[in-house]
Amino acid sequence: MSPPEPNTAPEPAPEPAAGSPEAAAPPESAAPSPEPPAGPPAPPAGSFTAAFLHHLTTANAFTVTVLAVLLAMVVGAVLMIISDADVRGTYAYLLSRPTDALSASWTKVSEAYANLFRGAILDPEALRGALAGELGWERVLRPISETLTYATPLVFTGLAFALAFRGGLFNIGVQGQAVLGVIGAALAGFLVPLPVGLHVLVALLAGALAGAAWGFIPGILKARTGAHEVITTIMLNYISLLLLTWLIVQDWARDPERTDAISRPVDGSARLPELLGWLGPSLRVHLGIVVAVLAVWAVAWLLSRSTFGFELRAVGLNPEASRTAGIGVMTTYAMVMVVSGVLGGLGGASIVLGPAGALTPQVVGSAGFDGILVGLLGRGKPWGVLLAALLFGALQAGGNRMQVSSGISLELVQVLQALIVIFVAAPALVQAVFRLRAVRVGALQTGTAKGW
Amino acid sequence: MEPGEIHALLGENGAGKSTLMNVLYGLLQPDEGEILIDDRPIRIRGPRDAIAAGIGMVHQHFMLVPVFTVAENVMLGAERTHAGPVGVLDRRRARRDVREVSQRYGLALDPDAVVEDLPVGVQQRVEIVKALIRDVDLLILDEPTAVLTPQETDELLEVMRGLSDAGKSIVFITHKLREVKAIADRITVIRRGRVVGTAAPDAGTDELAALMVGRSVSLEVTKEPARPAAPVLEVSGLVVNDERGHRAVDGVDLTVHGGEVLGIAGVQGNGQTELVEAIMGLRPVVAGAVTLQGRPLLGRRTRQILRAGVGYVPEDRSVDGLVKEFTVAENLVLDMYDTAPFGSRFALRPDVVAESARGRIAEFDVRTTSADVPVSTLSGGNQQKVIVAREFSRPLKLFVAAQPTRGLDVGSIEFIHKQIIHERDIGVAVLLVSSELDEVLNVADRVAVMYRGRILAVVPPDTPREEIGLLMAGVTAGTDATDATPEAAA
Repeated sequence: MSPPEPNTAPEPAPEPAAGSPEAAAPPESAAPSPEPPAGPPAPPAGSFTAAFLHHLTTANAFTVTVLAVLLAMVVGAVLMIISDADVRGTYAYLLSRPTDALSASWTKVSEAYANLFRGAILDPEALRGALAGELGWERVLRPISETLTYATPLVFTGLAFALAFRGGLFNIGVQGQAVLGVIGAALAGFLVPLPVGLHVLVALLAGALAGAAWGFIPGILKARTGAHEVITTIMLNYISLLLLTWLIVQDWARDPERTDAISRPVDGSARLPELLGWLGPSLRVHLGIVVAVLAVWAVAWLLSRSTFGFELRAVGLNPEASRTAGIGVMTTYAMVMVVSGVLGGLGGASIVLGPAGALTPQVVGSAGFDGILVGLLGRGKPWGVLLAALLFGALQAGGNRMQVSSGISLELVQVLQALIVIFVAAPALVQAVFRLRAVRVGALQTGTAKGW
Repeated sequence: MEPGEIHALLGENGAGKSTLMNVLYGLLQPDEGEILIDDRPIRIRGPRDAIAAGIGMVHQHFMLVPVFTVAENVMLGAERTHAGPVGVLDRRRARRDVREVSQRYGLALDPDAVVEDLPVGVQQRVEIVKALIRDVDLLILDEPTAVLTPQETDELLEVMRGLSDAGKSIVFITHKLREVKAIADRITVIRRGRVVGTAAPDAGTDELAALMVGRSVSLEVTKEPARPAAPVLEVSGLVVNDERGHRAVDGVDLTVHGGEVLGIAGVQGNGQTELVEAIMGLRPVVAGAVTLQGRPLLGRRTRQILRAGVGYVPEDRSVDGLVKEFTVAENLVLDMYDTAPFGSRFALRPDVVAESARGRIAEFDVRTTSADVPVSTLSGGNQQKVIVAREFSRPLKLFVAAQPTRGLDVGSIEFIHKQIIHERDIGVAVLLVSSELDEVLNVADRVAVMYRGRILAVVPPDTPREEIGLLMAGVTAGTDATDATPEAAA
């Protein structure tokens, strides 16, 4: 794979540096390329996807991400202050006693974020207790275990989105593919009796295949009829959810001992074994995270070293040139959706074969949609996706603790996640806030015409 | 610059012409030195300053909104509004201004036409009017003829003369020597960021070309006479439609023999693009047959055609020829990545790809800092060399080149012509499509003239230019009335 290289075109593109007065007249450079496109009005080069990828491979992506997280936390702090009636009350007499308002705000925010940290990574008190021999190691490892547990499905769904994104497709259907993965894995898990070891493999495979089938539908529709994948995958998301809801209440699937909508539990032999269960029952982290890391490695290899990955990247960046070079663009689109579906399906499987253990209508939660955010935050790169999934998993795990200990609702975590992605998607904003040196700010603004 | 002067700025790609002009227009800031207007130094911080100082620029890539009308595009950025607080656009006034300015300088323009429907040459006029309406005295035209057909070029030169008579000064950036000699009052040659010479327009073509590239170049391609072998490509009765379903290729018969270059001359838009794309399997065919050494090509996929020993340089290299974000090495294997030795059905061999890329870069003199930089960082000529290097790196039977030297500097053109002749001499059949008549006449062994989807005649390259020119305009000996409809060359 190509290392990120700053764009140093010999003939400097006529791009106004940030901050220079941009005149109203012509020079807004749309797609600076040194050579004229021949013939009648060519479409602006590069879609949103291409521009996004281009930007992210040339700009200092890491800095922007870190600053985006910081910025999101600042906005989150403001929201905490506003939403807390007591703290808000101190602002009523801000002018007479400003220290009240400031200290109340500081206490609120710092405690909340401290709890986020304790819940996501490490609780120093638990560590002290464990070192002194008063407490078990279970409490020390619990935050990490929770973070990894939440991150596991997000790695898969993030990879699913990222892979399609690199291939020029906007796979909104990760959610539906994960739902199918849940169904496939659970059915194999409680309908097919198999020995320990083999059973979990078959169940994972069943989830992957179900997801692949669900990805194949929009893929083949796009290849054969040109139907836009965003539309078709959104529709398939609804269908998948209704399919799941219908399935759970069927006699052969529902749990006969329960009155609510829940399926029979997955056989123990099909469950992903817990990695730290011997240290304590609350350590839920399971083999799925290992499979997820292997998947990251596999996707990284696929993208950079495989023939299919070359086609995928070429088609994603320039379908016209790919077609001219003899690459089957439509075949590639269909294949990309299938592989993306496999990953989405594995994401679902890792939920139901991991902590969930049975089908409920909400078993997937928003793992698929969060995967889109993770994929974007990871900039379409496999190892970036892993880091992004860990961040999101940590926010989830920490958010639970924050809710319990600081009384901050879990929804704030979702706000934080959304803000991070917005700031990442708008690097110009982050650069302006932190006065970073502009590195090709224009890139993201270019291709909105073709878009998704 | 004198008032009313047409000053040509000549130089290879990457010589610094555009950089210099971008400084004048305020898009780039000078590190040192100063700009004088009427003997007064001026600082131009942005295009707004430039326009205020009376400098206008027409970019190589048009800065137009395709779905807006001509008038809307012209007023964009300097919108006139009715009096009042809301700022309702005064479209009538904009239309009137456009009509007035275009008439004054003899630029026929319909203010209500939608820009995307206009031919490229007319779009360029919109850009010129856009500058003129802002009352500039100095107009910079950055490679204005690179995208134009020969006729549109002639019209543009006419317009430039008119502007110069009206007292406007023009900086004309180009690397086409003939245009320079036709219009310029003074010629400045730039090489590697330095002015290397000033010349009068009556200087010899060879002399100017030598100044540009720093050594003497042979614009005439030296080559042995062709030794045509058996037919390689045979096209018979080919009918192809364009995107809008109009007949673009209307019953073309062609034969290209091994060891010869068949040039297709013609004004752009007469079906050459569609002909080539049909041969390459990129466009559906209505009727006819295409064979490669007797085996049918039609109905085969592009990949199969390429693998059958066909090399292809597409017309629009930045869209169809290269994945700009890919590295030079990756682009060098864009159509061979899954064949030995570069890879297999499943995996690539990055080491082999890189190794081969280094060899290709050296062999084809591609100027790049490394094989791992995105190909978009290369100049146009070097990008084209990457494509040519890629296509020539496998054994070919047929080489199809569409506008292989468009927009390139003299040095690159010479290099690519030499490569084409080299392939011909080892027995490859070459189909060369170019709207540059000089190129076809210099390189080809036989010249087929294409007009409105048909091959009007196949003539030897030493046929007088005038005769071929007439054929390109659709005038054949005897019958000329039937085809001479006005829309012909749009």
